[in-house]
Amino acid sequence: MSRAAETKQQTTRRFAGRVAIVLTFFVLAASSLVARAVYLQVLDKDFLNRQADTRHLHTEKISAHRGSITDRNGEPLAISTPVDSVWANPKELASAVDSVPKLAAALNLDSPLLMRRITRSMDKQFLYLKRHLRPDEAHRVMALKLPGVNVLREYRRYYPAGEVAGHLIGFTSVDDDGQEGLELAFNHWLGGESGAKRVLKDRLGRPVENVESIRPPRHGKDLAASIDLRLQYLAYRTLKAAIQQHHADSGSIVVLDVLTGEVLAMVNQPTYNPNDRAQFSAERYRNRAITDIFEPGSSIKPLILAAALESGRYRPSSTVDTTPGYIMVGPKKIEDHRNLGRISLTTVLSRSSNVGASKIAMSLEPDQLWRTMKSFGLGSLTSSGFPGESAGLLTHYSHWQPISRATLAYGYGVSVTPLQLTQAFAALGSDGWLRPVSLVKLDQPNVGERIISDDTAKAIRRMMEEVVRPGGTGTKASVTGYRVAGKTGTSWKFAAGGYSEDKYVSVFAGLAPASNPRLAIVVVIDEPGGDLYYGSDVAAPVFADVMAESLRLLAVPPDALPALDSGSVMQAMSQ
Amino acid sequence: MRFSDTEQLLERKAAPLGNAARIMRRLNIDGKLLGGLLLICGLGLVVLFSAVGEDMDLWLQQCIRLSVAIVGMFVVAQLPPDVLRRWTPWGYGAGLVLLILVLAFGEVGQGAKRWLDLGIRFQPSEIMKLAVPMMAAWYLHDRQLPPKAGHMLIIAVLVIAPTALIAMQPDLGTALLIATAGFLVLVLAGMSFWLMAVLGLMSVPGAMVLWNYFMQDYQKQRVLTLLNPDSDPLGAGYNIIQSKIAIGSGGLFGKGWTNGSQAQLEFLPERQTDFIFAVMGEELGLLGVLSLLGLYLFVVGRGLYIAIQAPDTYARLLAGSISLTFLVYVLVNTAMVTGIVPVVGIPLPLVSFGGTSMVTLMAGFGILMSIHTHRKLLPH
Repeated sequence: MSRAAETKQQTTRRFAGRVAIVLTFFVLAASSLVARAVYLQVLDKDFLNRQADTRHLHTEKISAHRGSITDRNGEPLAISTPVDSVWANPKELASAVDSVPKLAAALNLDSPLLMRRITRSMDKQFLYLKRHLRPDEAHRVMALKLPGVNVLREYRRYYPAGEVAGHLIGFTSVDDDGQEGLELAFNHWLGGESGAKRVLKDRLGRPVENVESIRPPRHGKDLAASIDLRLQYLAYRTLKAAIQQHHADSGSIVVLDVLTGEVLAMVNQPTYNPNDRAQFSAERYRNRAITDIFEPGSSIKPLILAAALESGRYRPSSTVDTTPGYIMVGPKKIEDHRNLGRISLTTVLSRSSNVGASKIAMSLEPDQLWRTMKSFGLGSLTSSGFPGESAGLLTHYSHWQPISRATLAYGYGVSVTPLQLTQAFAALGSDGWLRPVSLVKLDQPNVGERIISDDTAKAIRRMMEEVVRPGGTGTKASVTGYRVAGKTGTSWKFAAGGYSEDKYVSVFAGLAPASNPRLAIVVVIDEPGGDLYYGSDVAAPVFADVMAESLRLLAVPPDALPALDSGSVMQAMSQ
Repeated sequence: MRFSDTEQLLERKAAPLGNAARIMRRLNIDGKLLGGLLLICGLGLVVLFSAVGEDMDLWLQQCIRLSVAIVGMFVVAQLPPDVLRRWTPWGYGAGLVLLILVLAFGEVGQGAKRWLDLGIRFQPSEIMKLAVPMMAAWYLHDRQLPPKAGHMLIIAVLVIAPTALIAMQPDLGTALLIATAGFLVLVLAGMSFWLMAVLGLMSVPGAMVLWNYFMQDYQKQRVLTLLNPDSDPLGAGYNIIQSKIAIGSGGLFGKGWTNGSQAQLEFLPERQTDFIFAVMGEELGLLGVLSLLGLYLFVVGRGLYIAIQAPDTYARLLAGSISLTFLVYVLVNTAMVTGIVPVVGIPLPLVSFGGTSMVTLMAGFGILMSIHTHRKLLPH
């Protein structure tokens, strides 16, 4: 073996040894790496797996569709349309601060303002950037593909009837919760229950895949309101014109179906447009026909006379002496416009005699008078279920002063809502049955309860017809072709310190056709500002307009056609 | 019987087994090394297809790069080691000049001057990955081993000069790798372990010098982040947290190819390049990770075998350094992705998307093949 070859072999051996040492070192390093992989992938797997899931899997809300509200004929009054709300995770969005101006432009927002909102919410995970965008607008925002910017499908409420039905329907909050009116009263029925789904999302929060549905959304149910949009619009238009004509503060009209207790129209002035949130002030969106009370004045007299007939002390043919045109009750003087002498009960109504009504009321037992008033629904909430309804005011007879019965007889010291008064008149129209009112369309008419006898109701109606006939106070309430039974009312408004001398509430309450009433209508005009303020001048013509047109719209057969004798009309109607 | 004779006899006996082996030998190709490399590349392409989001264009682009790199490897394999050795000082010198040119005229990209445009755009630091160990091996070729202190000092200068130039670009990752390549030559040449221990101790103040004078703020941040990634989970710590989650959630068998949620939903940053190992860990699991590491170790083992078989000092040191540096690449990248060392921009060799480093790596393997196949078959 040559020396050179030996040296070479030695060199090779030494080198191999070196390599072995170095390699050992590296293999140790590789082993630590393998150990690390095993640690991550075997020992720490579950923790890291959960970490992965929390990053990718998100639970998302599926908004439920809110039920729509229609009128009794299916005309839409409140409908939900899909809109998209854009929201962001501020922390994620922060990585794309440069794009905020672009985002602001797409959202049509002020850029510095948006920037400030984002920075202020840095500690939050969720921030609405803009709500209720049209889907195409939201699409444009999402096309920017900014990190942390997402879209949420929501529903926005539209009210096609606008201010015509605004008071009754009410409105929802931006979160689709009922705030007023039927939207609030039937929130549970209309509102669905949002569902949830698990979605797979990428780093920018874009949904990639729906993994599973956790809970399907329960969509809201539709609601058919009792109102007839045609009558509603008619009442709205007529009231608005009257309020303007008489420079009145406010006013209400309620149209009630005597046969079923359903409210066919309910309007107030001033009103608001539920589509425009800028108009939302309690002054404007209050449904005065249900929430506001007033002293009914003489319009309560038919109820007093009904109590008188029910007491058995009076008969339709009874008379009462009103001479000398006034009476003193304690220190208080109750007077008529002039001395009417001895008059029939009919004349008490038709000439609206305060003296006559007071004398009758004082001759009745307080508890019987109170019970009859109470049975007409005075002092009790109706069954409308409307949020914020007022029960009115009817003092219990045990607290009555001697004067109480006398003033009650012409409608002071007692307060009602327009709806209550309509309900009471409807009872007179339905031959003594008080039917619970309903703001929802009914499949079956409510039977209600009998509160006065059939005869009493019919007798009072006949008396009230004289109110509208020539010589009565309510001639302006007459409707061509129909017999109308009604009563005017004018009351001073009670203000601080006593009754005001120049602020009135002008009322007309009535029924038609009087022979077989179908509609009960109450018109209340608050504080007419012109020369006219009597119910007979202000409210009665409005009543006539609404009643005439409503009867025609509902195709109610006339009961006072001059060419026909009334017998054949009655025959035709009974078929 | 001499060591090399034995092997020659064995090879002669083996030769008749197939024409393929003879042809490979004639073409200066080492079959085992080529096989190992192709398996890594193949596995890499599979993972990459998923990592680029099944984008066929990007994937084909990588296939073409890989083909070019393999052709380059074959070309380099034809150059005999003696020729390479003679060219070494010129290549090293040219590399130094280019590095200076980069600092003077280089194109700025991502806050660093790394690229030079001389007709074709390239990073001169890539040349140095091979030129530095070649130069060190060239210097020690005719000298007695283990090297004397003076020789080691000269090599230290030869290594530190390009390292410093690259660190100034700044490209600290590459600079450290090149220094490592040069250092490995010294280690393989027989540098005493005492000296290594001393150097190890000196590395502490050295690291402080690096920290204070060479490292950029972003690099310091990476180190701090490694120590406590949860300090800023959406900022500096984001990469490493997402990467650990990806690998860990893969488990033993992975979530399945193209099914990694971290990777496919883009939570994982740089998933096609530096963090592709995490994609693999998530989708193919521990099994895939171990397979890839096994393949890497096989290639390195073959490289070291070639080094041991090499006929002269130059070839031996060069082959050893190239093989071990390759292993360093693998370990640094995987250690970074699994959160053991700070984030340094070193791709996973032969698997990450990108071309420049692949050509250099394959050229290195070409040198290995050349060394192995150009041995004189009949020693005197």
